[in-house]
Amino acid sequence: MQRRTLLAGTAAISLTTPGLTRAQARTEIQFWHALPGALGEFVNQQVKRFNDSQATVTVTPSFKGSYTDNMTQAIAAWRAGNPPHIVQVFEVGTATMMAAGPAIRPVHQLLAESGVTLDPKRYLAGVRGYYSDTQGRLISMPHNSSSAIMWLNLDAFEKAGLPTNELPRTWSQIRSAAEKIKAANAAPAAMTTSWPTWVQFEQMAAIHDVPFATKANGFEGMDAELRIDAPFFRKHAEFLLALQKDGLFRYGGRDNAADALFPNGEAAIAFMSSAARARVEREAKFKWASVPLPYHDDVTQSPKNGVLGGASLWVLTARSRTPAEYRGIAEFFRFISDVDQDLWWHKATGYVPLTVAAYEKARAEGFYTQNPGADAAIRQLSRAEPTPNSMGFRLGGMIEIRNIIQEELEKAFQGQQSAAQLLENAQRRGNVVLRNFERANRA
Amino acid sequence: MSCCGTSSARTGPERARGVERKVVFRQRWLPYALLAPQLLITIVFFFWPAAQAVWFAFLRQDAFGIRTTFVGFENFTDLFADPLYLEVVRNTAVFCTGVTILSLGVALLLAALADQQIRAATAYRTLLIWPYAIAPAVAAVLWIFLFHPQIGLIGRALNAAGIAWDYKLNGNQAMLLVILASAWKQVSYNFIFFLAGLQSIPKSVLEAAAIDGARPMRRFWTIIFPLLSPTTFFLIVVNLVYAFFDTFGVIDALTKGGPAKATETLIYRAYVDGRVNLDLGSSSAQSVVLMIIVMMLTMVQFRYVERRVHY
Repeated sequence: MQRRTLLAGTAAISLTTPGLTRAQARTEIQFWHALPGALGEFVNQQVKRFNDSQATVTVTPSFKGSYTDNMTQAIAAWRAGNPPHIVQVFEVGTATMMAAGPAIRPVHQLLAESGVTLDPKRYLAGVRGYYSDTQGRLISMPHNSSSAIMWLNLDAFEKAGLPTNELPRTWSQIRSAAEKIKAANAAPAAMTTSWPTWVQFEQMAAIHDVPFATKANGFEGMDAELRIDAPFFRKHAEFLLALQKDGLFRYGGRDNAADALFPNGEAAIAFMSSAARARVEREAKFKWASVPLPYHDDVTQSPKNGVLGGASLWVLTARSRTPAEYRGIAEFFRFISDVDQDLWWHKATGYVPLTVAAYEKARAEGFYTQNPGADAAIRQLSRAEPTPNSMGFRLGGMIEIRNIIQEELEKAFQGQQSAAQLLENAQRRGNVVLRNFERANRA
Repeated sequence: MSCCGTSSARTGPERARGVERKVVFRQRWLPYALLAPQLLITIVFFFWPAAQAVWFAFLRQDAFGIRTTFVGFENFTDLFADPLYLEVVRNTAVFCTGVTILSLGVALLLAALADQQIRAATAYRTLLIWPYAIAPAVAAVLWIFLFHPQIGLIGRALNAAGIAWDYKLNGNQAMLLVILASAWKQVSYNFIFFLAGLQSIPKSVLEAAAIDGARPMRRFWTIIFPLLSPTTFFLIVVNLVYAFFDTFGVIDALTKGGPAKATETLIYRAYVDGRVNLDLGSSSAQSVVLMIIVMMLTMVQFRYVERRVHY
């Protein structure tokens, strides 16, 4: 008797909760990312919506620390035979991931094998180019993209008697604005820069359509060599050193260390990531504007697109991966590329939209008239058809190369070397990194 | 140092005669079984990774370990052909000496003061131990809030006073800052040991010296300091090892080895090459070099410095 009730009870449970049995059959997808705090919360929210939207796949996001931590942990996990399905890798890790051959599953292949179609053309040109191979096929999935833009303290501009309706667009205009700011003592420092290599070398090379390295910045082969001793870089480096010498530029440290100097009113002009918007909105107690980066008008009259920063999603292989798991990953990628999902991601996080459709929808809704300057990065990323010099960078050891350039730049700012020596040393040391990467990945 | 545990040590006459006590296990496997857990942990977590580091130092690999070539001593020759690596060796010497002298000096001073008959001595002692419990990254943030040239309390004050303080661009100031921050973290540890050392010095000796008319400074240098030498010696070893191996958290958060390469130490470079630049071969070779340096240093200390120590 007792036994029968027990059996009946079990039957009743399984009858009344069909979701429970189905949940057990769900495919588990591990997703490692490096977005902290509020941004990580947005990742969780989007993943939850995906999990609720269908019944076969459960994506589990985990925060793994900084971009570097996340990438090294994923690589270690792959070496140990137990990697996550999806790992978020910052844009400078792209060449390392791409050279990993059997460790990764290119996104175009994943989609084709899973029968999911996503036209690469739906992504913004500047976003698509960075993560595609030379045939225009997506290798990794665009996820969170930003670009470097110029931030201006309009209160300081007014104090210096500068117009706030006609903002500077060229470097020579920036210089004269900085001189006026200094003369009027409108801010402790006239200008600073975050991400010295990314902004002053990579972005400048792309915008002015100048090669940073041979072989289309590494897209066409691992035997690329740096070309930063070219006259353009010398001109720009000398320009920066002169600004510093005249007290118009303050070096704020490596990577994004200088981010603090703009919102607290210390520097009136700053070059930072567009992703700094949330922080500026929260902390700045003055009127400000965000506009595309300046260009040298004696080099070009029509600046090209800037390059992106941020990260993309990579699919890692493993011996035990099933086709169902790969299909689940593809479904997740389709979900985050959906126009409404993308639009939500763009508005919530401040990253640029991934798709053209989401950008147009946001514009039609009047998002950029309510939030002026929120589209500066998008305009800069998509204002021209990418050339081989503005498509992006596919250089092995790019993190190390960035640091080398920062180190040599610091030496120049200390007055220990000239612009020419800075570029020569950075190029020589950077090329050693490239050759080592080539040898390690060819052997 | 004799072993503990079940023994069949012969008692009785031998013991009474005061001959050294021998502990012998009846079964041969038992001592090994008892040691096994500890040995296993040592092998898995110390010897195996160390052996792997030595092996990797002779290989060139891509980040994922898909393509591996044996390159002999190439990683080492590359390293010593690099003038920047020799600069890093020099930085490390300055850094380690600075951290050790500063943290030992300050800790000894504080311990000598806290050892006196003062009100609320226990409270001071407890407070002085706090910094040790702070994670290196958090400690570094505290130092940024103090010394950042634009947002730091002291940094701003220095600039306002006309001293051009900017550790982001001035290499010497950056080195000073990382030495200060690293030494500060270690002061608590040294303080505990010095305090314990001071408290174990017999009061009668000091009182006798005082009666003989020795002033406090003289008492300190002729009695206390020599009697503290075993502690000091132990702490020199510990602090050097700390400065060599344990400080990359502070350097990473404060200066990232910069400006230029002014604050890059051996351990920081090994960390950056291995973990950030994903060059395991070179990073392993650097670890091997580091291992050899510290082994030599410890040997020298035990051979020559210890001779002068009064136990």
